[in-house]
Amino acid sequence: MQRWPVLLFLAWVCFLFFCGIGLFTSGFLLIRIELANRSSCSDPLAAPTRAGRGVVTGACWLPQRIPKAVLLIIDALTFEFARFDLAKERPRPYENKLGFLHHLSRSQPRHARLYRFRADPPTTTMQRIKGITTGSLPTFIDVGSNFATYAIEEDNLLSQLVQNGRRVVFMGDDTWDGLFPQTFFRSYFFPSFNVKDLHTVDDGILQHLYTTVDGGEWDLLIAHFLGVDHCGHKHGPDHPEMAKKLTQMNEMLRLLVAHLGNDTLLLVAGDHGMTETGDHGGDSEKEVDAALFVYSKQALFGAHPPTEPDTVPQVNLVPTLALLLGVPIPYSNIGEVMAELFSGDGNPASAALQQLSAYHVNARQVDRFLHSYSLAAQDLPAERLRQLQELFSAAEEEHDQLLARVREVELVAPELEARRGRAVARFQRYLREARAVCMESWARFHPLRMVAGCALIAATCLLCCVASGLAAALDFPYRSRLLYPLLWGLAGAALLGLGHLLAGARLDLLLALSSAAAASQLGFFWHFWSRQPLQAHLASAQPLAASAGSRPSCRAWQRLLLPMGILLLRCCAMFSDSFVVAEARVAPFLLASLALLLLGRLHWHGQLAAPDTPKQPPGSASCQESWRLLGLLGALLACLRLSSLFHQCREEIPHCQPSPLLGPLASLQSTQAKNLFYLLCVASLAGLVCAVRRWLRHYGNLNSPSPLVLFVRWAFPLLAVWVACYWAVASGAEDVLGKLQELVQVALVGFPRAVYGLAALGLLLALWNPVTVFVKDSRESGGPIVASYPGAPSSQAGLPPVIPQLYRRMQESLKRRLETGHRRATVMAYGLGSAYSAPLVIVLSLLGLLLLLLHSERLSLAFLLLFLEAFVLLRIHAHVVSLAGDAEPFAVPWYAVISWVFAATQFFYATGHQPTFPAIHWNAAFVGFQQGHSTHLLPALLVGANTFASHILFAVGCPLLLLWPFVCEAPSSPRRKLKKELQEEEPLMEMRLRESPERFSAALLQLGLKYLFVLGAQLLACVCAAMILRRHLMVWKVFAPKFLFEALGFVVSSTCLLLGICLVMRVDCAVSAWFRQLQPR
Amino acid sequence: MKDTEIKRLLFAHYICVFSIILTTVIPPLFLENFSVLGTHLTWLCICSVCVTAVNTVLYIILKPNPSSKRISFTHKVTKFLKCCVFFFISCILFHGIIVLYGAPLIESVLETFLFAVLLSTFTTLHCLCILGPNIQAWIRVLSKNGALSIWDNSLQITTMCSIVGAWIGAFPIPLDWDRPWQIWPISCSLGATFGYVAGLIIAPLWIYWNRKQLTYKSR
Repeated sequence: MQRWPVLLFLAWVCFLFFCGIGLFTSGFLLIRIELANRSSCSDPLAAPTRAGRGVVTGACWLPQRIPKAVLLIIDALTFEFARFDLAKERPRPYENKLGFLHHLSRSQPRHARLYRFRADPPTTTMQRIKGITTGSLPTFIDVGSNFATYAIEEDNLLSQLVQNGRRVVFMGDDTWDGLFPQTFFRSYFFPSFNVKDLHTVDDGILQHLYTTVDGGEWDLLIAHFLGVDHCGHKHGPDHPEMAKKLTQMNEMLRLLVAHLGNDTLLLVAGDHGMTETGDHGGDSEKEVDAALFVYSKQALFGAHPPTEPDTVPQVNLVPTLALLLGVPIPYSNIGEVMAELFSGDGNPASAALQQLSAYHVNARQVDRFLHSYSLAAQDLPAERLRQLQELFSAAEEEHDQLLARVREVELVAPELEARRGRAVARFQRYLREARAVCMESWARFHPLRMVAGCALIAATCLLCCVASGLAAALDFPYRSRLLYPLLWGLAGAALLGLGHLLAGARLDLLLALSSAAAASQLGFFWHFWSRQPLQAHLASAQPLAASAGSRPSCRAWQRLLLPMGILLLRCCAMFSDSFVVAEARVAPFLLASLALLLLGRLHWHGQLAAPDTPKQPPGSASCQESWRLLGLLGALLACLRLSSLFHQCREEIPHCQPSPLLGPLASLQSTQAKNLFYLLCVASLAGLVCAVRRWLRHYGNLNSPSPLVLFVRWAFPLLAVWVACYWAVASGAEDVLGKLQELVQVALVGFPRAVYGLAALGLLLALWNPVTVFVKDSRESGGPIVASYPGAPSSQAGLPPVIPQLYRRMQESLKRRLETGHRRATVMAYGLGSAYSAPLVIVLSLLGLLLLLLHSERLSLAFLLLFLEAFVLLRIHAHVVSLAGDAEPFAVPWYAVISWVFAATQFFYATGHQPTFPAIHWNAAFVGFQQGHSTHLLPALLVGANTFASHILFAVGCPLLLLWPFVCEAPSSPRRKLKKELQEEEPLMEMRLRESPERFSAALLQLGLKYLFVLGAQLLACVCAAMILRRHLMVWKVFAPKFLFEALGFVVSSTCLLLGICLVMRVDCAVSAWFRQLQPR
Repeated sequence: MKDTEIKRLLFAHYICVFSIILTTVIPPLFLENFSVLGTHLTWLCICSVCVTAVNTVLYIILKPNPSSKRISFTHKVTKFLKCCVFFFISCILFHGIIVLYGAPLIESVLETFLFAVLLSTFTTLHCLCILGPNIQAWIRVLSKNGALSIWDNSLQITTMCSIVGAWIGAFPIPLDWDRPWQIWPISCSLGATFGYVAGLIIAPLWIYWNRKQLTYKSR
């Protein structure tokens, strides 16, 4: 059996997929590390000159300039909406509707000003709120300390205000509630979920806005209006509804300004723009182009406004607002102060100095942030950081010199004006460069990389398909299919590396790997196509293939159509956010449809015998078969339906109640229910263990004295008991065992660790000696009987053991003579027929017990269902194969592989998971580690194992699809325990696999490739959905997390698939060794 | 002979289609506030009853599988009772399968059951009319080479079309379009109805198209 090439080929295919995933991820997912540092007033950032003049009241880094501010966020307020152009002949519905803004800026040019407000992509509301409050560029994954909530833990404007004793009042979009829990002095949240609802939020705000403003109990008032955005989503901007909505906003502003006091700053901002269809989320010009309007009843600006409004990046709002309100700039801010707002009253000279000091504080804060960030993460290029550092020190030097001059001269001479201008320009340049550097690494998709990753995955899917077709042929040319492509890949990588070396640039590991992958893939296809004509020629030359002709190939296509159609449906479902949200119901639906259609087709082709048909003589047997098949189908449907009891909810589905079975037992109030559920869980655990043991006994694998079998006999019940004990301790009431508290703590740690240890021991045993065959040698030996008795040397024990031995031998031979009538030398081997699947089943049940421990107690029922459903699927598959006849016993048909993958997906949901971050079961990290962890690897492993439990189990169990039809093959003798005679009889059951090792390895390869293809097709659909729909409203809520989970699931599944195939090969090695050991006897 | 048979089939099918169209047009004249979507359950009942009646009448008139034997009255009564029992069992079976497919178990039981009745009317009732309460015959007819007359062929086509229509009808349910017809079981029952109508229209055409290939074994 060629073992290594098979494994290598599969590993290579996995590597190709991983490269594709990596490449796509690097272009699509923008990752940033969140720093936990916070700014405070005592930070030595502010210019030391301030200290000399005595402390100003309310001063922090700079003196407070404005006591109160109102921040109105009108969601999706595009610049186009805010602009007013009288010259327009026929304004569109969204144009010229905010006339009041225009009126203000025209009548009071030093009080009001309109800006273009550039949002940073991704332009989704939550990310924008983060940007407006932290002054940073939030990416999809902000790696912080806590994944479980969306709450902002970075330093932000609101927490700075609260920290400095200001009152922040909020009204509007309830997204803020999740982002800033318990931050607001007072708050009025309104549901934002329903995009079709234009008025709830706005009307709710309007009810409270004016009374709150008049009440005066606030320092910062934030109101977030959603109507405009929802109107865009529902009707698009070019619609009369939008005109109404904008007119309403205009009236609101007019009334609000009348209510404002003289010392209040009013900011009206759009968090992002919208496209012509009213969508947002991406980085197109229209989406990032929002409006900002600033107004105060005191004069703010020194000069008249420019004719064309200035453009202000969105993050600039944060440092400006912070310094104006007299609080420190949030630590992670990378925005630049809007200097105009610092001129204000007074003479131009002091205004200029104030602007300079604002810039100075701002630059020092950004420098401090970049320094801390570069210590925490390496994703900002070091070279650029060094350049920035140089810029900063130059600017700082200029500033210090200037200050020294000012102190000397004591009055600002006009000649200093030029130097001041230079310093400001330097600070500005520094701040802008810094923002550009951050933006480049955090806020920009790389379309090229995304497309390349997508193409790589697609090509690998094609490769899987092609290669699985090739693997059916016996002589899979590993040299041209594996070795040469690998060489090509190495050459490609080397070429790229050389190119980089010559250019002197640093080599990107990911790029090198993916170029190697692409090159090796090219190599494969080149060899494949160049060989293809020859193969076609060979095929036509063969009489067998020629006689087969076109009709069977047509039949084969028809047979492919059904499972592939269902797979296509599933892939298409990835492109709709509703279907992704409802996937927990879609996957079982498709699986049930696949099974029903399969049976329907069998019946249609008359392969499923009609029950009680008198015309068919062998009716009784096959009728029983078909009834059994129907029963299995019913069981499958029941499993599918029952598994939906364990559903978890996504926040996108309103009125969804998560299944009560997901919570831990400890959360139950009633003791009776707790006991009942506990008993049920223990029963399911016992049922699982008993079922596995029963299966092994049925096939005779529970007799051998090998360590693995002993492990199954003794350690399995022990494991179950330990798990049950752990549950009992974990779910018991805390106060009952008052005195035994310490003991409980020990038990909480001890039981799970013991289970881990014992399960690991079992896995090692399964690898070390996986043969579970019990041999009974009854060949008559030619020599003296005593010598054949190995345990008793004649010299020591003498005669006594010989006599019973003699007696037994005589008895046996007599009995055999009576039974069979003729004597034959035989070796009885029990459990040889399932020698391959038995270790796999043992390993699977061990893994099942392990993973079950990581879930909450009542999910053990779901695991029982999982094993049951897998068993039913395997039985159906075996039945169908036996009904379809033995055309190709070594090829696993597509429907089986697809249903296996669907079942894995289905149980991902049925074990209480959802592809969203808040739905991850974080508790799994603390099973057996109550005190937490010192490293990050172990908790990540535990949580990963919990999340992808069903992927792991189904992928490891994948080779069973190949083995099971052989196991279920009806033995020729009526006896259940398989009696296999070595010499003359046809090999039976799984030994047929051993008899043709080449076909066995080819079949394993084909199975692996098919499994990878199905997984890869789903992954491809996910990747394409994420790429094509990256402007979609739901991309960061639905598609990106789905892609992430699917990609991780793919990595886990493919790795586990390789491990499962490795295990089968290890068993094959061991069985071969066992046969060799048997022969000479 | 075959052409006349096909004509009779066509006639029968068009009457069925016509009756289904009438179920949407006639009731608003008598019932207030009637609409297929708004008062869907009423429509389901009306449609089922109407299709049942039309099929029974057509069966009595056309006699697709005339048997030469004279049948006694008691035999007819037992046959009728058997048919009723079969129909009821098939309703229960369909209900079970629909629930297993993911329909809610306790909520909206009535809706699910009426949908099951509709499906039974489109499939089982047809079988009962053409083949009688004879499971073996059903199983024979619903396989590839089991059709013995054009009526059997039409049965195959309409049954499959109805079930596939119902299956396809389940697809729009998860979408967030907030349309009234996305509520369970409206889309499915509409799908089944459209499928049935399509089957009724396709069957005679298909049989006419393939009349050369269709050769039936005698019983």
